[in-house]
Amino acid sequence: MSLRGPLGRVLGRGSAKHGVHDWWLQRVTSVALVPLSIGFVVSLLALPALDYATLVGWMRHGGTALGLVLFVLVAARHSQLGVRVVIEDYVHANGLKALTLVSADFAHVLAAAAAVFAILKVALGGRL
Amino acid sequence: MSERPLSPHLSVYKFKYTLATSILNRLAGLTLSLGLVLLVYWLVALAGGARSYAQARSILSLGVFKLVYGVLLGAFVYHLVAGIRHLIWDTGRGLERATAQRSAWVVAVVSIVVTLILAYWVLRPGAYAP
Repeated sequence: MSLRGPLGRVLGRGSAKHGVHDWWLQRVTSVALVPLSIGFVVSLLALPALDYATLVGWMRHGGTALGLVLFVLVAARHSQLGVRVVIEDYVHANGLKALTLVSADFAHVLAAAAAVFAILKVALGGRL
Repeated sequence: MSERPLSPHLSVYKFKYTLATSILNRLAGLTLSLGLVLLVYWLVALAGGARSYAQARSILSLGVFKLVYGVLLGAFVYHLVAGIRHLIWDTGRGLERATAQRSAWVVAVVSIVVTLILAYWVLRPGAYAP
């Protein structure tokens, strides 16, 4: 016989209720990425050449740098949420699942930070 | 844990092209996540100065990367178009079987056409000459 009541038995057993937030954020980042990703691809492919001077000139334009920072941040967040769902769906061993989830999170934060640092360094850099 | 059913139950569904559009969207997304690594490498190399960028460029212009860029381009266009279909679904519209089957074809055709146009633009004569 257990002295635990029905409430005590169910508490902490169900979902943590964070799923809706992740689901919603995946949609919000999707909507933002429609113009941001199209802008990035079109702006990059419209360049006459992909040499150092052309790219630096392109990135020193305020609009480009701002667009790139936004694109990279939103894309990294969107990717992080997407990769998380895939790991949760296909990696079932508990230890491995935690390890891959945390590694994926670290990788995404590192990627976003490195990208933003690089963009700002080029955009705000001194003479060529 | 192992005796309980775990999602997604891929093996219990009859295969149909509407299923392919869904799994392809996921694959395209994962491909783009890997593409993010390449984008970061490229940005960091550029931030490292002219010599570091020239070094990265000699690696990034190896033949094998033509295939990588082609796959990334296709994945980007597909994920974008299929993602818009998902956003429309999220409003509760277009979920009927006939509509979903039709929109699967629209996604396929639009993605292929846009990918081909972009591929032509990238590969056009004299493009991005060093």
